[in-house]
Amino acid sequence: MKIAVCVKQVPDSWAEKKMVNGLLDRVNVDAVLNDLDEYAVEEALRIAEAHGGNEEGGANTVTVISMGPERATEAVRKALSMGANDAILITDTALAGADALATSAVLAKVIGDGGYDIVICGTESTDARMSVVPAMISARLGWGQLTFASKVTVDPAGKVSITRVTEAGVDEISAAFPCVISVVEKINEPRYPSFKGIMAAKKKTIEQRDLATVGISSQSAWSQVNDATPRPPRAAGVKVTDEGNGGQALVNFLAEKKLI
Amino acid sequence: MSNVFILADFSGDKASKITAELATAGARIGAVTAVVFADAGKGAALAATVNQGPITNVLIVESDDFAKHGVPAVADALANLIKSKTPAAVLIASHAFGKEVAARVAVLTESGIITDAVDVSADATATQLVFGGSTTVHSKVSHGTPIITVRPNSIEADLTSATPAIDNASAEIGDAAKLSAISSSQPPVKGGRPELTEANIVVSGGRGTNGDFAAVENFADSLGAAVGASRAATDAGWYPHSHQVGQTGKTVSPQLYVACGISGAIQHRAGMQTSKSIIVVNKDPEAPIFDIADFGVIGDLFNVLPQATAGISAKKS
Ligand SMILES: Cc1cc2nc3c(=O)[nH]c(=O)nc-3n(C[C@H](O)[C@H](O)[C@H](O)COP(=O)(O)OP(=O)(O)OC[C@H]3O[C@@H](n4cnc5c(N)ncnc54)[C@H](O)[C@@H]3O)c2cc1C
Ligand SMILES: Nc1ncnc2c1ncn2[C@@H]1O[C@H](COP(=O)(O)O)[C@@H](O)[C@H]1O
Repeated sequence: MKIAVCVKQVPDSWAEKKMVNGLLDRVNVDAVLNDLDEYAVEEALRIAEAHGGNEEGGANTVTVISMGPERATEAVRKALSMGANDAILITDTALAGADALATSAVLAKVIGDGGYDIVICGTESTDARMSVVPAMISARLGWGQLTFASKVTVDPAGKVSITRVTEAGVDEISAAFPCVISVVEKINEPRYPSFKGIMAAKKKTIEQRDLATVGISSQSAWSQVNDATPRPPRAAGVKVTDEGNGGQALVNFLAEKKLI
Repeated sequence: MSNVFILADFSGDKASKITAELATAGARIGAVTAVVFADAGKGAALAATVNQGPITNVLIVESDDFAKHGVPAVADALANLIKSKTPAAVLIASHAFGKEVAARVAVLTESGIITDAVDVSADATATQLVFGGSTTVHSKVSHGTPIITVRPNSIEADLTSATPAIDNASAEIGDAAKLSAISSSQPPVKGGRPELTEANIVVSGGRGTNGDFAAVENFADSLGAAVGASRAATDAGWYPHSHQVGQTGKTVSPQLYVACGISGAIQHRAGMQTSKSIIVVNKDPEAPIFDIADFGVIGDLFNVLPQATAGISAKKS
């Protein structure tokens, strides 16, 4: 099987984030592999391992696909050190400020041209928090959509079944190859890259493509930020130590604020 | 006057509160048509519950493909309706299902998309709270039909009763929307308490409950609140996953959020820090959740909550 995993480099969740000219300042902030995408990499590796492995020349390959600035190689390298075979990084100055629609168009083109059987995504990038790219890729490619999976079962003959978990309940869904999967964080426990994995990743290929190589023209974003204003920080709250009447103090606070 | 579509949202077989919230926002832009997608023969009964808020029309589309194929089928039908009826904007509830429908509709209609709006103005400008609620952003779609998903419980709904005109429409569902097949569906288990994303008050328990949610539930019931949980609590199986609040759970924004025995990891805060008021009960004075608390009690939740519950009951009687 040819498996693709979509990973994104995002600002560290703990880092303070700022907007510059209506866009997230991605330069002056620590960047990491989107932690929800680690579950996607792990699931891809587990699927490969359950069906003959992904050693060189073996039955399966796991390719990491990412769109982002050149420094996104760090995040891609992490996915490689977990055990993915190779990677494609789409980098082009024209992509700065791309929205989810443009991102999904680029990813879909690369995926469609790569001849993959399945593509696995995280459910959400922790910076944009949109949860839309996997569904967009599915719509663009005309591939089956198997998203929010808490369990994935692959029949290498060409069928995938998942358990979908959302606020709307639990569904059992299946689709034939090729299809787009996204996985929730309950699905597995991502492995830590081993020393051997980290060393091996240094030798793995990260193929960089610009838009011309991808064969797609850049699309400007279809929504714009008019303005961004920091909200006043929460006023420092009141803190009391329970010395036998903490519960009553809580009730008094509720009454004072007219919350009861 | 222009026309606005909202995707009617249901909880079981009744329109949920977000439907009226979407209608309230939509009415600022134009006359609101609520689109109802239903199994064959079920549309009229569902549509009859879409009777709150400024809704002028209800459009029923029936097909068994919606239950069989889920998001892609609904998105295809909605996209085709948008192409034929050209609404000025489309508003959809911001949950997993709604966002995925919006995502596909945006692709199919070549339209810009904005997710997680907390407000929408008359010119379809959306307000969003980003970076953990620390920044307010106003954005606007500049191409195609604005597709906007709106967070439940963000807009004060006009709940006047509506008597919309009800029509039926058919909408084409293409083969590409039928590639994934749903073989079984289990709706979430509903308890007697308010729905988490709709509640005015949410009381949540974490690892500090040590698996015993009775004190949290009793306190929640004294306030008529919904019960939430941290991932530590849902992972341990102490509370159902559907009650998880946070980045990979639900985003809530109630009038009051009470975090009990929860440390305040960034992934938890991502789902609750835009709550209007936050109260914390935690025995560790250093717990990061205190940083965002309006009122915090440093103490054992097994002492503090029962006393607070009794205090509230005493006030009521
Ligand atoms: C990819 C990813 C996604 C995640 N998504 C989510 C998510 O959606 N939601 C979420 O909540 N977490 C999420 N997490 C987990 C998150 O990082 C934390 O591990 C989790 O929120 C911790 O839960 P907790 O606060 O209940 O437990 P802990 O961090 O263990 O905190 C327990 C707190 O209870 C206090 N306590 C103990 N006993 C008592 C007592 N008797 N009385 C009062 N206080 C007491 C302690 O002082 C402590 O502060 C995610 C993590 C990852 C990696
Ligand atoms: N720039 C990107 N490069 C590669 N994958 C991405 C990118 N953006 C989003 N994705 C994938 O889509 C998922 C959902 O992202 P989003 O819709 O942005 O919340 C992520 O978890 C990734 O798997």
